[in-house]
Amino acid sequence: MASLRCFLRSGKVFVVPCDICIINSILLLQVTVRDALNQAMDEELERDERVFLLGEEVAQYDGAYKVSRGLWKKYGDKRIIDTPITEMGFAGIAVGAAMAGLRPICEFMTFNFSMQAIDQVINSAAKTYYMSAGLQSVPIVFRGPNGASAGVAAQHSQCFAAWYGHCPGLKVVSPWSAEDARGLLKSAIRDDNPVVFLENELMYGVPFEMSEEVQSKDFLIPIGKAKIERQGTHITLVSHSRMVSLCLDAAAVLAKEGIECEVINMRTIRPLDAEAIETSIMKTNHLVTVEGGWPQFGIGAEILARIMEGPAFNYLDSPAVRVTGVDIPMPYAKILEDNSVPQIKDIIFSIKKTLNV
Amino acid sequence: MRKMLTIISNVLRGSASRNGAELVSEGARVVVSARTYADFTPQASFDIKKCDVHKLEEGPPLQAVLTREEGLQYYRTMQTIRRMELKADQLYKQKIIRGFCHLYDGQEACAVGIEAGINLSDHLITAYRAHGYTLTRGGTVREIMAELTGRRGGIAKGKGGSMHMYTKHFYGGNGIVGAQVPLGAGVALACKYLGKNELCVCLYGDGAANQGQIFETYNMASLWKLPCIFICENNKYGMGTSVERAAASTDYYKRGDFIPGLRVDGMDVLCVREATKLAAEHCRSGKGPILMELQTYRYHGHSMSDPGISYRTRDEIQEVRSKSDPISMLKDRMLSNNMASVEELKEIDVEVRKEIEDAAQFATTDPEPPLDDLCNHIFYNDPPMEVRGTNPWTKLKSIS
Repeated sequence: MASLRCFLRSGKVFVVPCDICIINSILLLQVTVRDALNQAMDEELERDERVFLLGEEVAQYDGAYKVSRGLWKKYGDKRIIDTPITEMGFAGIAVGAAMAGLRPICEFMTFNFSMQAIDQVINSAAKTYYMSAGLQSVPIVFRGPNGASAGVAAQHSQCFAAWYGHCPGLKVVSPWSAEDARGLLKSAIRDDNPVVFLENELMYGVPFEMSEEVQSKDFLIPIGKAKIERQGTHITLVSHSRMVSLCLDAAAVLAKEGIECEVINMRTIRPLDAEAIETSIMKTNHLVTVEGGWPQFGIGAEILARIMEGPAFNYLDSPAVRVTGVDIPMPYAKILEDNSVPQIKDIIFSIKKTLNV
Repeated sequence: MRKMLTIISNVLRGSASRNGAELVSEGARVVVSARTYADFTPQASFDIKKCDVHKLEEGPPLQAVLTREEGLQYYRTMQTIRRMELKADQLYKQKIIRGFCHLYDGQEACAVGIEAGINLSDHLITAYRAHGYTLTRGGTVREIMAELTGRRGGIAKGKGGSMHMYTKHFYGGNGIVGAQVPLGAGVALACKYLGKNELCVCLYGDGAANQGQIFETYNMASLWKLPCIFICENNKYGMGTSVERAAASTDYYKRGDFIPGLRVDGMDVLCVREATKLAAEHCRSGKGPILMELQTYRYHGHSMSDPGISYRTRDEIQEVRSKSDPISMLKDRMLSNNMASVEELKEIDVEVRKEIEDAAQFATTDPEPPLDDLCNHIFYNDPPMEVRGTNPWTKLKSIS
């Protein structure tokens, strides 16, 4: 059972129908990340009629990645809106609608296209509550797949976590599991502030167990709190999104060698839960961060800087390091692409170097 | 000369009230009287310029009716905007206002005429030349000026400045050229969604009119029939670039292509009002967006750091001032139709001047925002949080 779960977490894409496994008389569902997102949106659309979804192909096509499947059929044209291919325009329209009292979910087909609209996200959404000294709030969610996919090449593979994570006034969230996706998307939609919700295309089809508690309509995960996915004593691994799977896989391999890794799933990029990381380092004395994005000025860079500046520095027995994507535009050929992002072996290598074993 | 006339008229008025007779001093258009308000014409009809139309059956009527009350109100508001902007000019030169300051004097008829054609329950958004609209949308001169001087009594507590002022149903005040247009269409979408029969007026300038996102917005507003009045305030210059040098087509009212458009005399408050009424009717009847081009003029340069004479001549500015000033136009109309007296209007001027002086006094003496406020208003409806200061040891508090 344990090994099956590891394989599934590695991000291999295959469609698994929802299985109902009754384990220890607790009703557990196997739910893919895609379905978790879909259900979260469905429930929030039902709960609050000010919530609506707009983006390219979200309605009649059921979503470019089928995340919004069935929603248009259920809610109709008023609440699920297909837009033309004009990101700057429709992102601005979404922000304006939020200013005037609605609660839009603005989907970017991928976050690469959000670059065209980034002015609306930062200057119109993120900064407005501050500039107006509290007169004008912007309750909006920008969501879509972020980061590397498979074979989509340089213009479609960039990770924007660091870009959006840089800006005050935004909350930036990066779910990993189906539970994360569900709880964080609900929280994001209910949040009265602009939230950038970074999904991952390769995770959409991955199933996770979902307990009854998580399935409840008011299950929320607080934005700004990380989760310890695996307890450990020798080293702290900090990661977000798909890389959490790789960290857990690396941890499983190292466990056989007697190295126990503590794996932290950040869940939120901004505000960053530095306290969770510091508490862990005070226990393990070693830190490796793992991300899919580029190294320079990235997520790992911020974490390391904060650790240096904070109380946990004195607990480090060796310098903290980052495992990141290679500092190049994403190539196309499979062998090149595979070697552009962290692999399990890269994480294991960095852990062993840090632990000097 | 004027001072002498005032003295004479006061003397004559004094004697008139004793005799109860009506006197007119010679050689001047100053009418001295002891008339009561019942003597004034309650309303009159005025010819207004014909609007060029695009994909519209017809434009607004060629005549507009103005009541005495309306006239006095438009006069007062336009004069308030004019004096407020001129005071801002003064304060800027004294370095009490800093940064960007884009003044609206010359364009008053646009803000006042538009507001006269819609309701306060409608919505409006504009770009950075926003002080006039902040006023017409319910802001006070005091809080506008205090925002310009960056004080805690400012409409945005000093945190926004000239370009970021907000009131109910007024979404600023936006610094990024053109970005406010999709925002405005989004507000219109909310109006339609919530079914309250409200609309959104969405303003931009001749410079912004070439922005791609505006065309994206025209497309979606039209597709989804959003109740949006797009208004291009064409003051002939985008910063230092004349319209001929910036736009392949300067028929801004036609640039919406499939969106019906009107070209309006933006120096005539009545023309603007009538056009706005027509546009509002169009939107409220569910026909979708409409576009208005207001031909107007700004006396100041683009901003306070632009003298405004390197790309246009002083003669041009003077010509507009003498022939097309919006306040003078209204004043002449009212006086020549006996809708108000010179003293009455002068009294309004005095009251306005006083209001501006008081506001300026407040704006220069009110203290700056407290440092505690530095990190507040990052998030709405959130528990208090910590914000990193300039160094790792400085942890600042932020509350909603």
